[in-house]
Amino acid sequence: MSPLPINHPLVEWPRRIADRLLSPLGGIAAAVLGVLVFGSAFTVDQREQVVLTQFGRPIGEPINSNTTTTDGAGLHFKLPFVQQANRFEKRILEWDGPPSEMTTRDKLYVVVDTFARWRIVDPLVYFQSLRDERSAMSRIDDIIGSETRNVVARHDLIELVRSDRERKPEQDATLTEASATVGTLAPIRFGRKELEREIVAAAAPKMGIWGIELLDVRVKRLNYKEGVIEKIYDRMISERMQIAERFRSEGAGEAAKIEGRREKDLQRIRSDAYRTVQEIKGTADAKASEVYARAYASSPAAAGFYAFLQTLDTYRKTLGGDATVVLTTDSDFFRLLKRIEPANTSAP
Amino acid sequence: MADFRESFPVRRGGGAPPFDVRGVVALALVALVVAGLARGVYTVGPESVGVVQRFGRYVGTVGPGLRFKLPFGIDTVTILPVKRQLKMEFGFGSPGPSNPDQVSVEQDRESDIVTGDLNAAHVEWVVQYEVADPEAYLFNMREPGPTLRDLSESVMREVVGDRTVDEVLTIGRQGIETDAIAKLTALVTQLTMGLRVQQVQLKNVHPPAPVQRSFDEVNRAQQEREQMINQANGEYNKVVPRASGEAERQLRDAEGYALKRVNEAEGDVARFRALFEQYDKAPEVTRQRLYLETMAEVLPKLGGKIILDEDARQFLPLMNLPAPRPQPPKEVR
Repeated sequence: MSPLPINHPLVEWPRRIADRLLSPLGGIAAAVLGVLVFGSAFTVDQREQVVLTQFGRPIGEPINSNTTTTDGAGLHFKLPFVQQANRFEKRILEWDGPPSEMTTRDKLYVVVDTFARWRIVDPLVYFQSLRDERSAMSRIDDIIGSETRNVVARHDLIELVRSDRERKPEQDATLTEASATVGTLAPIRFGRKELEREIVAAAAPKMGIWGIELLDVRVKRLNYKEGVIEKIYDRMISERMQIAERFRSEGAGEAAKIEGRREKDLQRIRSDAYRTVQEIKGTADAKASEVYARAYASSPAAAGFYAFLQTLDTYRKTLGGDATVVLTTDSDFFRLLKRIEPANTSAP
Repeated sequence: MADFRESFPVRRGGGAPPFDVRGVVALALVALVVAGLARGVYTVGPESVGVVQRFGRYVGTVGPGLRFKLPFGIDTVTILPVKRQLKMEFGFGSPGPSNPDQVSVEQDRESDIVTGDLNAAHVEWVVQYEVADPEAYLFNMREPGPTLRDLSESVMREVVGDRTVDEVLTIGRQGIETDAIAKLTALVTQLTMGLRVQQVQLKNVHPPAPVQRSFDEVNRAQQEREQMINQANGEYNKVVPRASGEAERQLRDAEGYALKRVNEAEGDVARFRALFEQYDKAPEVTRQRLYLETMAEVLPKLGGKIILDEDARQFLPLMNLPAPRPQPPKEVR
């Protein structure tokens, strides 16, 4: 192997360090430094807290375990080899429970799925009693599971479904008319939040003894169990059918009303017209009569003349091809057939 | 260390070393430093920030650009894409999700919600959010994404649980969205998750499949009702205005009749008066003239005319009066 080009000024400093490292004293110093750095110094992340143990026995105060600050994070030292840093989460942790079947006070079978948030507030106690997170999770499963079951069993289903006691639902007027139960919320005394608080209140002390703070428990999902759900569906269907029937009946009723109004209006319009027509005609007839009467009854002579004219007019109108007249020679018309001199009689 | 032990006797011997151990170590040191410096250089993308920790402790957040950190595990940097719009889908899943928390594996169970009137509804919704505080996001909670998912589900159930099925399906959608975003924002703030919820949007909301038909039935009945009413109104509109028109016509007819009647009467009277005036001057002559004129007009049209002497009174009983048509006997004496 050829010598490396190591005479450049840039490699002067590394070369001196190399000199020191290669000297016996320097080598020992470097080794000690290395052991210190890699065996003794350790970093504590912002996100974790550390319990130091010496041969499994906890030593001193836990590092960075103050829940309000993260001042403990940074570079720390321990005895190399004999001491061990046990790291625990400092952040808020999540527990997501399995869905489990429960019975409410009103004997309804539901599947409740809860989740919770917790954190390790006393890593020393936590470390001593639970060792790791897996066993912690299984304990939390047990505790929250059974407390949830207890609380659910003490309350009706509606308490678990609803939260706000005061809330008045918006209502669709067309639907609420059809059924008294549609569009209303069943009243509650506590509500879901209260129930969740009850669960926390019961579970938190039990977890506190393991150095765990339970921050909250919330119901994620709530579903009817198979078998119950069919009944719910049946009820929903019958409720809707009832509304549908109501709508149909309303339609028929409304149509009948309009039909009635139509008949009434027709009769009114027709009879009104008839009445007015008769009135107008009657008035006209009366007026005509009056006009005639005034003229014809103005004097006896006029009356006589009118009667005469009317008679002639009547002849004209009534005598036609289907009539046979028998006239005698003493009639005014044929008088002359008998004698030429005029008779003294007058008038028909 | 192996080098060190081996090279020691070589140097002691005073002879020329087979190769320059010092130089190799020096070069290795240089390489180490250069590599460390090179590894200390990193870039923060335009949509991201870098959260820097020194020995695990938070020291600051840096913006986009070319950055340098202390190497050898002294500084660690977490790059967070804070400007990216994140989305979570509940009850459904778009293909190709852009973040691991976007879609859940149990979509059916997510969407079935019990309503406040103990009915059930199928609800799908979307939550849009972003990282608002990188420090809080990184350091306060271990699984902010899944936690936000759980919180969203819990809040949606709380909001829907306080509503009737009809509010959920139709009239109350807007209210659900505003209520849900308010509650979710409050929780996220309270837990200092470092997230900002921007939107909660309801997507598909419908009754559970087995009852869907009965809800459709209600809609249908509603339509039918409207139709029945419209039909009746149609019938009404078909006949009533027409009857009004007809009544109006009858009225006009009657008025026409009235005018005619009065006018005729006045005409008749005028004619009579004129005639009477003449008649009054010579009654006898006029009478006779009128009589004869009438006769002249009437007689030719008659079917049969029998003229008897005024003394022949016995004639009538002999006549076959009912059958004048076939050539009635004309006897003139």
